[in-house]
Amino acid sequence: MTLERFLILGAILFGIGLYGVLSKKHAIAVLMSLEIMFNGVNVTAVALSRYTVPYTVPDTFEAASRFLLTGHVFTVFIITVAAAEVALGLAIIIAIYRTRQSVLITDAKELSR
Amino acid sequence: MNYADIILIAPEISMALLASIIIIVDLFSSNKKLLAPLSLIGLLAPLCFCIMVRDNPSIGFNGTVKVDDFSVFFKYVIILATGLVILSSTTYAKRFDKHQGEYYSLILLSATGMMLLTSAIELITIYIALELTALPTAALAAFIREKKSAESGVKFLILSAVSSAVLLYGMVLIYGFTGTTYLSEIGTVIANHLSTSGQVTDNGILLFSVILITAGFGFKISAVPFQMWAPDVYEGAPTPITGFLSVASKAAGFAIILRILYTVFENETLSSDWASMMAVLSAISMSVGNLIAIKQNNIKRMLAYSTIAQAGYIMVGLAAMAGNTTLNTSGPVGILVYLAGYTFTNLAAFAVITAVSEDSGDDSIDSFAGLIKKSPTLAVIMTVSMISLIGIPPTIGFMAKIYLFGAAVETNLTWLAIVGVVNSVVSAYYYLRIVKTMFIDSPDETHKIHPSLGVLSASVIAISGTVFFGFFPKPIIELARDAINTLIG
Repeated sequence: MTLERFLILGAILFGIGLYGVLSKKHAIAVLMSLEIMFNGVNVTAVALSRYTVPYTVPDTFEAASRFLLTGHVFTVFIITVAAAEVALGLAIIIAIYRTRQSVLITDAKELSR
Repeated sequence: MNYADIILIAPEISMALLASIIIIVDLFSSNKKLLAPLSLIGLLAPLCFCIMVRDNPSIGFNGTVKVDDFSVFFKYVIILATGLVILSSTTYAKRFDKHQGEYYSLILLSATGMMLLTSAIELITIYIALELTALPTAALAAFIREKKSAESGVKFLILSAVSSAVLLYGMVLIYGFTGTTYLSEIGTVIANHLSTSGQVTDNGILLFSVILITAGFGFKISAVPFQMWAPDVYEGAPTPITGFLSVASKAAGFAIILRILYTVFENETLSSDWASMMAVLSAISMSVGNLIAIKQNNIKRMLAYSTIAQAGYIMVGLAAMAGNTTLNTSGPVGILVYLAGYTFTNLAAFAVITAVSEDSGDDSIDSFAGLIKKSPTLAVIMTVSMISLIGIPPTIGFMAKIYLFGAAVETNLTWLAIVGVVNSVVSAYYYLRIVKTMFIDSPDETHKIHPSLGVLSASVIAISGTVFFGFFPKPIIELARDAINTLIG
């Protein structure tokens, strides 16, 4: 497996997610598409972390750990924050459902006049 | 992590603690009137810590957080904006009944994120701070239990998540290109790389990630073409929150853009590329914002488009920073002065809007008719803030615009300065329309508006800042100069 394949996989996931966010009518589906976008980024980050050699290879363990796991750490943070984002998104979608009995994005057009 | 590190982010820690204290007090006390004064007094703690850490600038937390004059300048602006927003929310928040504690603490949490964002010098830290800024504001935008507010909340959340994903993609590519997430090291690697290969266009990935990062941050500062969310979110969100969004999150966004552009992409071959990109985006933002604002009838929506135009003016400073071979400082100094002045001016306007919409129950421009008879104080404050937004002396808006457009002329961007001036003239039309409505149009019925103490003091403080620094801009300009000097180093 080469780095390119992972990067292409990441880019495809990102593109699918972006298309979903722009085209889906159901709010939950939009949130799912957002997850796909973030996962495209995650795949890219982990692949780059595995394949990228830092420009200077550090000799001590402390210095090395600063570089070598950065992509993984990045991914863990992205997953965590995306979870918080979706939780808040679901809460707001429930608030929308209570006011207008529908979770379709196309019905939320009170403001676009 | 040690004691010195803790001191370094003491302003953020005290801000987050304050938010927790507000929630706990809210939990155990039935007297909700306490919350606003408590958070205002509590804001003194982060302010004092800011003054304290300013004396010994340093880097901490394994090189992820940097406190210097630059970040402290923005922290002052953010604390000021937070204070004014809380002050003007005092009566508005009563409609949230038992949820007032959450309202204030979400404001404070968002401010924590913004303050952290101004100090962050590492990509992961920047991302976390950015999300800490955005998520509480999404919750705040959806805070009123009605259709418009919930809709504005979900729009803000989804669009901000998309922009974060785009930004992250850019950050990850930069990380893959350089092998590090520390801004200073990224800058070194890019500089080394460019000195050997010379051209940026050979490295599509570098330019691509610069574009992705610009797109991600362009959303945060609501620059065209990433501005679609602003009008809807501004209209639906609670009025003080609209003011908070338009001022504080914009300041934080510009802080991090300045820091990234200056410490990472300051290289000559790169800077000429992004400077011309900024110049075009700036011209489009000004024109689109001002032209669409003209036909708006909802005052919050109108000010949303005005915000887009203001972002365009501020971006003149970004475009002007790199026109010459040596980095030009008057552009960035202008940005800082403009943001400080904009905080005073816009929050005065939003305090008045809060008071008026409280009275009339809607946000249409017509509800301002005959305000001079209903409440002369509010009408005068609104007029002065409109004058400052246009950029007419003797207000801070004028001084800041002189600085920005002057910087554009210095860096051979005269065309951009001309576009800016023409746009200021166009914007005078819709700003003065509000003044005309207040002074000439006759209202349906005349009764006195008695704004509450909180709103009144917020608007008076903000407007006195606007006028005072219009006459004596020197303190702000000097603070901004120090800040930019430490940034460039």
